[in-house]
Amino acid sequence: MNTLLRRLYFSFIGLFLAAPMIVVAGVSVNAKQSLTFPPQGFSLGWYGEIFTNPEWRNALFASLTLAVLSAALAVLIALPLAWFLWRRIAPWANIFQLLGIAPFTLPPVITALGLLTFWATTGFYGAPWTAVISHAIFFVTLPLVTLSLGFTAIDRSFVEAAATMGANERTIFTTVVLPLIRPYLISGYAFAFVLSLNEYIVAYMTVGFTMETLPIKIFNALRYGYTPTMASVTILFVATAALIFGLIARFGDLPKLLGAMASEK
Amino acid sequence: MRREPPQKIADYWPLAFPAGMLTVFFVIPFATMIAVSFFQRQQGGFYTPAFVFDNYARFVSLFFGRVLGFSLMLAIAVAICCIVLGIPFTYLLTRMGRKAQVIWLVALLAILSLSEVIIGFAWSTLFSRTAGITNLLVMAGVMQQPVALTPSFGAVLAGMVYQALPYTILILYPALVRLDPTLTEAARTLGASPVKAFFTVVIPTLRNTIIATLIMVFIFALGSYLLPQILGRPSHWTLSVLITDQAIYQSNMPFAAAMAVFLVLVTLAMVGLTVLIGRKGEAA
Repeated sequence: MNTLLRRLYFSFIGLFLAAPMIVVAGVSVNAKQSLTFPPQGFSLGWYGEIFTNPEWRNALFASLTLAVLSAALAVLIALPLAWFLWRRIAPWANIFQLLGIAPFTLPPVITALGLLTFWATTGFYGAPWTAVISHAIFFVTLPLVTLSLGFTAIDRSFVEAAATMGANERTIFTTVVLPLIRPYLISGYAFAFVLSLNEYIVAYMTVGFTMETLPIKIFNALRYGYTPTMASVTILFVATAALIFGLIARFGDLPKLLGAMASEK
Repeated sequence: MRREPPQKIADYWPLAFPAGMLTVFFVIPFATMIAVSFFQRQQGGFYTPAFVFDNYARFVSLFFGRVLGFSLMLAIAVAICCIVLGIPFTYLLTRMGRKAQVIWLVALLAILSLSEVIIGFAWSTLFSRTAGITNLLVMAGVMQQPVALTPSFGAVLAGMVYQALPYTILILYPALVRLDPTLTEAARTLGASPVKAFFTVVIPTLRNTIIATLIMVFIFALGSYLLPQILGRPSHWTLSVLITDQAIYQSNMPFAAAMAVFLVLVTLAMVGLTVLIGRKGEAA
């Protein structure tokens, strides 16, 4: 394909991906309370609204709390599992890896409905902490995949050396293994955090009636008409995601994390 | 340190927490859902333990057959659009400089992580009368006055392709980035144009990857539940939408569970197909 054609093709895909965000960004800086594009006037008031309006602020706080806690729990589940699978030969234990990946492979409504029936049956339906567990189970796949990748990258002779020098299992883990997989641990957490921030159906089905996360708030607001605040929240979300993935790329090897082989040079 | 089998019970303790969490909060909920799908519904949103097939029987009707047909058709359409757009893009992306690749990957990940609510909102704004794309066409003098492009099937399709395209590209990325560049070089040396080399060398080499990706994107699209509601008419609702609707608004958990079990079976059949194709690819 010649250069011009390739540029055109990339511009087309780029425009397709950017167009909705450009329009939403334009709407978010409208001076008036209306969704118009091109924007009329310029104001950052709708961004302020997210933090000053108690409803939006509460939703933002709920989403952040949920994402921070559930991503941490997902890592806590994934780390010992990935470590065990790397350290031990126990073929039957692979079933737990499969279980960790399953919720992410099936259509999300299934995990959501399963958890809804479970919380309803056990009588905990609507308790805020059930959302933390639900999200952790739903997103455990992400740290599990990045950590498994991190473990396969460890040169076993390092660990061998430490063992020969007399280090015990615990010392080896904290001084050799943990530093080596830290980048994968952080990116696994970051992936789970960003996706949890944006997740709708699991949160809605488990605590939707008692707790309003930002995506739930946006969807509820959609029914009563549109406000520019929704646009500013959207831009805030895209910017946060881009920032976090940008940081992963800056401090880690993103192409490798996404499955490319060892980095070129 | 070599991998070794666990010697004593204490060696198993790291497995305890992950195994416990996954069993209690994934396996048991899943089993509960299957059990509920056989329960009897009671008025007022409750259900009583039973073993009836009513919920499944109700599913076998013209209405739900149509919904299922539409869901499958929509998911197939999305998967085909994504593959057609995604393969040449990913191929060219993997041939770009590292820095450019990383920038695109960050952008794709950012869009992939976006909530369906946000994608739905963004597209409905883009397709709206007041803030939409048609305003630009009016400004350019192509149209007389702005029109709303939602709700429509096209809007649902556009939104879902938008949601699934980054996913498609990221699945194709590892296979394409590992593709041996000497293959195309050989074709080029023998006189094939880049386009011809792409279609006669790259595409056939990736046949199994492409089919597997098609199936995975299909499953991904099958899971869409908000975009059909935000961008489409009720006739564009998918099985996922109906499941949510039955569970939350109609309070008919057994019926919702029966539909979910059915959706699991469809998905598992597709996953099985992917694995089968993967095996065949290895053998070849």
